[in-house]
Amino acid sequence: MYAALRNRFYTWLFRWRGPETGAIVLVQRRVFILPTRHGLLFAMVLLVMLAGSINYSLGLGFVLTFLLAALGVNAMIHTFRNLANLRITGGRARPVFAGDTAHFTLHLENPGETDCYAIGVTHDRTVASFVDVMARSTMPATAGVLAPKRGVLRPGRLILFTRFPLGLYYAWAYVDLDLRCIVYPRPSPSGIPMPPAASSTGAGSERGQGQEDFSGMRQYHRGDSPRHIAWKAAARDQGLLTKQFTGRAETELWLDWAQLPPQMGTEERLSHLARWVLDAHAAGLVYGLRVPGTSVALAAGEAQRERCLEVLALHDIGR
Amino acid sequence: MTDPKQPLPWRHVRWLLASLALVAAPHTLHMPGWTVALIVTLIAWRAYVGYARLKLPNRWLLLLVAAAATIGVFLSYRTLFGRDAGVTLLVVMLGLKLLETRTLRDAMLLSFLGYFLVITNFLYSQTIGTGLYMLGCTVIITATMVSLNFAEAEPPFRVQLRTAAMLLAQSVPLMLVLFLLFPRVPGPLWGLPRDAFAGASGLSDTMTPGSLSSLALSDAVAFRVRFESQIPRAKDLYWRGPLMWDFDGRTWSVQFFVYNAPRIEAEGDPVSYEVTLEPHNRRWLFALDLPAVIPPRSIAGTDYQLYSVQPVNNRLRYDMTSLLNARFGEVENRYSLHRALQVPARYNPRAQELGRALRQKHADDEDIIAEMLGLFRRNFVYTLEPPLLGEHPVDEFLFSTRSGFCEHYASAFAVVMRAAGIPTRIVTGYQGGEVNALGNYLIVRQADAHAWTEVWLKGRGWVRVDPTFAVAPVRVDTGIFAAVPRTDPLPLMVRTQFEFLRQVRLTWDYMANAWNQWVLGYTPERQRWLLANAGVDDATWQKLTAILFVLAGGIVAMLTALALRRLKSRVRDPVRIAYLRFCDALRRRGLPRGAAEGPVDYARRLERARPDLAPAVETITRLYVALRYGAESSAGSVIELQRRVRQFSA
Repeated sequence: MYAALRNRFYTWLFRWRGPETGAIVLVQRRVFILPTRHGLLFAMVLLVMLAGSINYSLGLGFVLTFLLAALGVNAMIHTFRNLANLRITGGRARPVFAGDTAHFTLHLENPGETDCYAIGVTHDRTVASFVDVMARSTMPATAGVLAPKRGVLRPGRLILFTRFPLGLYYAWAYVDLDLRCIVYPRPSPSGIPMPPAASSTGAGSERGQGQEDFSGMRQYHRGDSPRHIAWKAAARDQGLLTKQFTGRAETELWLDWAQLPPQMGTEERLSHLARWVLDAHAAGLVYGLRVPGTSVALAAGEAQRERCLEVLALHDIGR
Repeated sequence: MTDPKQPLPWRHVRWLLASLALVAAPHTLHMPGWTVALIVTLIAWRAYVGYARLKLPNRWLLLLVAAAATIGVFLSYRTLFGRDAGVTLLVVMLGLKLLETRTLRDAMLLSFLGYFLVITNFLYSQTIGTGLYMLGCTVIITATMVSLNFAEAEPPFRVQLRTAAMLLAQSVPLMLVLFLLFPRVPGPLWGLPRDAFAGASGLSDTMTPGSLSSLALSDAVAFRVRFESQIPRAKDLYWRGPLMWDFDGRTWSVQFFVYNAPRIEAEGDPVSYEVTLEPHNRRWLFALDLPAVIPPRSIAGTDYQLYSVQPVNNRLRYDMTSLLNARFGEVENRYSLHRALQVPARYNPRAQELGRALRQKHADDEDIIAEMLGLFRRNFVYTLEPPLLGEHPVDEFLFSTRSGFCEHYASAFAVVMRAAGIPTRIVTGYQGGEVNALGNYLIVRQADAHAWTEVWLKGRGWVRVDPTFAVAPVRVDTGIFAAVPRTDPLPLMVRTQFEFLRQVRLTWDYMANAWNQWVLGYTPERQRWLLANAGVDDATWQKLTAILFVLAGGIVAMLTALALRRLKSRVRDPVRIAYLRFCDALRRRGLPRGAAEGPVDYARRLERARPDLAPAVETITRLYVALRYGAESSAGSVIELQRRVRQFSA
């Protein structure tokens, strides 16, 4: 009851309005500011100094006290300014395994003429990362968000905050960008051994991908294993090329949902499948994946690994 | 501050140590030697621990040191309260706190204490020099706070310093408004420690041979005077201070009880002026002979000596009107006249004999005075270094040494007059003063201290007689430097032969005076005066607060506007502007660019739609793409693009 009321009050006060797409400009009404505990302490020190100045009729004491009071007011303006008018766009978040921390990247663009220092990004107010954004430049900042379970992780409201320059004020803004991160199922620690690879059923002339014999080079595509990049060619300034190998597609490894014991639950199955995908990838095998409703064709390499894990992550979610 | 609980890295410790050492440095001048050694040790220890990344000492050890230091301070001062003991204790505790500073939060706390330490320095000195030094300290403490609040990356030294200086500089207007308009309450709010105002110098409540000549070696300022009209002639500048009635054979002293004079009854030529009196820890005020008004919060004795109700612990400013060549005291009560005739018979018999002889020789009081002054005029020497006098100081001075300073002359004259039956009293104060042409005011220094007498004559009242004038008339006409032998030591400021140096010092004194008047002496009275001049009469604190809020609000609004103005980029990209103009021109012709359409795609579509425009579109797009995305950046290409776009849009 109380929490709900508070939430409604905050929604009204801070103008929470759900996820926004595109860029968010921290216009002045989006930035909030309050004194920190140090700010309150500073005010108390000033009061003591004022009392001392009155008591001892210290002309210079008055000058110092009022100078510091004015400094306190000025610091508020500067703390506010340090955050205002930043332009925030969401960036990519690399997929993570459940239980790990997803790192959401925000791009902070400072279109102004003054540098912005020590801007923190946080999700839970406990762990934060900080960046300096120089005038007329863009800096990435990452917010770590714990990914508890597989699926799509939406971080929700992130908080951008700063205490610069004097730490007397805390200025913050809520940023609710439509960010998402794929969370793979946590691979089971050990497992049921991988199913045996079936022998090839295709025609002998089929040109499959393999690991054994070098057959030529092609343009690099994203997802190709770094182990197959022709680094020597890259050093000769020929651009990134990927070495291709042929081997007869002797093995066809199908990682199949149905191969797991029938008494297993869905999540457990997915965990095991994730383990198999990782193991198969590490072994450099050609493999495919079958889960109810979807299957991934035989392939190898980074792209295949990501494709398979993503299928496992999104299996039977929200549909 | 990135995380308040984060341990403090060495770069912050460095700043913190430097700023606190700078602020505490002036205190070492009046702290006991062992505490200075302790502080230096503590700072060095913290620096070593921070530099070598060692663990901070055990909390119990620090507590032990703190307890020992507290006992030490108590033993040194015999108290823990009061100005000196309190400040010493504060500095020592700050040093110990340094060794307990682990996190950024502690460091912030220490910065605040640093600010506080700045203000304690003002208890000892508030000169322009101290002010500037402490301003520097404030900038460095602020820079320390700025450095604590940067993110992980260490910003360059100059960025921290520049940020701090800029923050402080921007605060000055608001500070001025607060300083001038914040409703001032006269202090003190609570009892002051007894040693709060130690060390002021000035006239004392007794006068012995040698007491004024020692004062004459000091060129400290006693007070400054601004006259409403012309400054009177030097021989009229007798600043009346404590009057002395009682003599014990060697020492003259002021009376213990003061009978309040309800008002001053005298006539003469009025002259108005404003005195700014340096604190001297005594109650008397100074005024030209003879004060005609009694300043607020002060009283006048029956001898028209002015007393402040409180000891003058702070620079005090009062308006005064005096009557020059005044006639007063024609009707004097018997008791006072009797008192003004007392001389202890045991001491100075020869001087008293001289007085009685003069009385037998002359019937008229004025003849006696004239003969005595004539005696002085003939074979006496005026010097700052008189020989020491023994049991009968007046006798020895009159009949053997015959050289002395003004107190010797005044004292001897008074003793002889009293013996001759003429009521006489001693007046101490200052005579003359130096005109500072720069601000057209008069500086009266301790070196101008003087003593003279007042005698009571039937039908004329109390009349000023300055025996020194008989011996050394130049002392009164031109000042002490001309009157004493050249070999006598005198303070630099009183000497007249270093003209250039004197000019420099006078300029400095002018600045110091302005500083005193406007910074240190900005009292509730001056605040009211300033506001009355600005057209705000009857400034109650409510009115002041209202004005303060309006002005401060205006300044804060201006600062905010200035700060936020620079947020929007004002850099104009000429290439972009030119291309947007080109797109505008096409939109007017019914061919708007799509929301997600790149320039090359757009150009291709245009060329298909309007083959007649193809060459211009092709050129402009090629130039734009080269400037925007390619390596091309020459000014010639930009101008070329702008020219093409102009032609196209026309």
